[in-house]
Amino acid sequence: MTTVTDPPREGFRLSMLIYDTRYRSATIQIVALMGFMLLAAWLINNTIQNLNALGKPIDFGFFTDTASYDINQRLLDYNSRDTHLRASFIGLLNTLVVAALGCVTATIIGVFVGVARLSPNWLVARIMTVYVEMFRNVPVLLWIVLFMAFLIESLPSPSAFRGEDAASSMIFNDNVAITNRGVYIPEPLFSRGFSDIHLFGDSPLRMDVSMNLIAIIVVLGISIFVMRRIRAYASKTQEATGIRPTTWYYQVGVLFAPIIALMVFLGFHLGKPELSGFNFSGGTHLRNSLIALWLALSLYTAAFIAEIVRGGILAISHGQTEAAGALGIRPNRIMSLVVLPQALRVIIPPLISNYLNLTKNSSLAIAVGYMDITGTLGGITMNQTGRELECVLLLMLVYLTISLAISAVMNWYNNRVKLVER
Amino acid sequence: MSDTHSNTVAYVRDTMLPEAAPPPTEVGVVGWTRKNLFSGWFNSIVTIICLLLIYYVLAGILPWIFQSVWTADSLTECREIMQATWGESHGHACWGVIRERWPQLLFGFYPTEYYWRPILAMALLLVSLAPILFADRVPSKFLYVTLAYPFIMPWLMWGGTIWNPIMAAMGFVLAGLIINYASDVIGSLGSMIAAVAAAILWWLFLTTPVADVFASILPLAMETVESRQFGGFMLSILIGVVAIGCSLPIGIVLALGRQSDLLIVKSICVGFIEFIRGVPLITLLFVASTLLNIFLPPGTNFDIILRVIIMVTLFASAYMAEVIRGGLAALPKGQYEGADSLGLDYWQAQRLIIMPQALKISIPGIVSTFIGVFKDTVLVSIIGLLDPLGLANAIRADSAWTGIYWELFAFIGAMFFIFCFSMSRYSMYLERKLQTDHR
Repeated sequence: MTTVTDPPREGFRLSMLIYDTRYRSATIQIVALMGFMLLAAWLINNTIQNLNALGKPIDFGFFTDTASYDINQRLLDYNSRDTHLRASFIGLLNTLVVAALGCVTATIIGVFVGVARLSPNWLVARIMTVYVEMFRNVPVLLWIVLFMAFLIESLPSPSAFRGEDAASSMIFNDNVAITNRGVYIPEPLFSRGFSDIHLFGDSPLRMDVSMNLIAIIVVLGISIFVMRRIRAYASKTQEATGIRPTTWYYQVGVLFAPIIALMVFLGFHLGKPELSGFNFSGGTHLRNSLIALWLALSLYTAAFIAEIVRGGILAISHGQTEAAGALGIRPNRIMSLVVLPQALRVIIPPLISNYLNLTKNSSLAIAVGYMDITGTLGGITMNQTGRELECVLLLMLVYLTISLAISAVMNWYNNRVKLVER
Repeated sequence: MSDTHSNTVAYVRDTMLPEAAPPPTEVGVVGWTRKNLFSGWFNSIVTIICLLLIYYVLAGILPWIFQSVWTADSLTECREIMQATWGESHGHACWGVIRERWPQLLFGFYPTEYYWRPILAMALLLVSLAPILFADRVPSKFLYVTLAYPFIMPWLMWGGTIWNPIMAAMGFVLAGLIINYASDVIGSLGSMIAAVAAAILWWLFLTTPVADVFASILPLAMETVESRQFGGFMLSILIGVVAIGCSLPIGIVLALGRQSDLLIVKSICVGFIEFIRGVPLITLLFVASTLLNIFLPPGTNFDIILRVIIMVTLFASAYMAEVIRGGLAALPKGQYEGADSLGLDYWQAQRLIIMPQALKISIPGIVSTFIGVFKDTVLVSIIGLLDPLGLANAIRADSAWTGIYWELFAFIGAMFFIFCFSMSRYSMYLERKLQTDHR
């Protein structure tokens, strides 16, 4: 026999806020929110009180003051009469430069080392293991100052290049000089080039954009587009007739002929660095701080990337390699055509976080005096103006923006190459 | 079939040959060398290049390390001895700097007569870690040392009266008592809230006066050591150990918050984690050195090492949270559903079912976070604390040792390598030990 009973109709009791699952989550969340807001209000209140007591309320006016310090390694023009905002902007560009250079070299070295650690040659695998363990287990800051000390202490000074039988000589047909004041490389010059265009007038964001560079990029872009069209045509013909037309000489011609013509038209030549007086002049001067930071960050991050690449390759089942071998593909093509494309899907997410780490580690530039955003905004500007709160918060905001931008771009790429699953 | 063969083949063997030994070039050292080093012309060339590389590196480094000067009080004296012993040749290390300065590299400017205190703290650290790290070999009685360690360690390092750490510990005892005895009266949740409130009230208002009273009755105190005297590997280990120890529980809470269905809790956790992970540690250290006092009530001015530890802990816990979240996400959904079907509530399920498995999965990540935190402690040299790297600069500033680089870097690097490498080996051991799946 069954009886149908209504559930007991109870009124709302206060204890139900905790013991009734219908209300509990709301209770917990409201308590958490209130706690969070109380904490935030407490911190902000303290901050305002303290700043008032110190007599420096939040004010970003210092950005328009004259910076009056010099930045020796820079992409855009800058002098010590420029404002703090301009200095920070130059610093930001320096951060981006070293991060981009570091990411590229770290990836190249990392992939090479990761593949070499799996080499059938016992000695190669061991050497790479030693490299990886050596770099992963020692702080990156130590590597940075070590490289810096190495560059300053053990390279020849510019005066060693002087005279008939100089102690040191330039390398690559007298094009590159490696000295203890930095590396001098040739700079591209254009004798009949277009003039630069000045963007943003006299504002702190002003920059000179080289029309020559833009022309080269545009021509290269068009060439690559035409090349891809030719390749698409070849594939289409192959699908229709089964025979792939030979197009490589068209492709090479399309790629190189226009750019060479443009270079000749612009009067392209290299400006070699030359010894004059006590130092080199001409050419592009890469300072020790940049080189040390770049090398140390690349080699350090490459050790991590190598482990990721190795893990990614090991994650691909051995059957894939064997199947490719059964199809008669040669070993190095198995790696590039079968294993790596699949391993890439495992590799990319941790690779992103390593790029992020490299970018964040580039803030250690302050230890060797490379003027990145930490060295300018978080270093000299902060010490000169005494605006710690504004400077540190802005610095954090800048890094947060860079990090979020990198992870957004790389996530987009990751979604593109991700295996589509049902 | 057989008669066709009997016509075409002149000779057919009908007995098996005795088993022959493999050719000598395929076994032993020769076989291994042929297989692993000279398996083709390309591999042979690579092997020879590698051997040359190893030879040149070792030929440069080994004489530098071993043909070196240990007894010298300055770089000039070192160079004179080298000149006298090996003539004009360069490339000899001057380990005299390590011999003369190693107490400083290990302890900073900690008073010499109190070196036994950090050494004792380090020994107790090993004792208190033993029951956690090697749970199956060390009796669990040592866990009492582990429980007492967080209170003994600061007293040993900074000195002062013993009653402060004891009274701080009493807060936990008080909370434990309340949970134990009051839960029958006001329910488990009520007792929990009461315990937390009582402990906080105790720490805020009663600890200092009660400790003062006890100290006046029985003055058990050690000489106080100022924070600015801390330095060297002692400082690195201190910051690293505290940050590592505190970041694990905070990281677990943050990871659970990020995985929870409660929208507000989740967004607070996500915001915190992503913010911390998006900025470099050096900016957080700037906060510790310049801003933390501004965020706290006017007049607060607490220790720089404590401020650094707080920021490094926050930094580490955000990374730890992500590692543990990975472990939580890797658990099959059936484990959560199984826990629910057994009627376990949220915390029971986490404690008994989810966390043991999730933490086990995330061991490699947790340990590499530990290693990362320990390595990152050298960044404190940038804000002026005397960690090993900061001390290296201080030693170079001394006129006796101006211009000495490689010996100091080699020593510091080797120390870090030993610590970090042994941590990563331990994680491999732990992974093998906890492995329960069949293979």
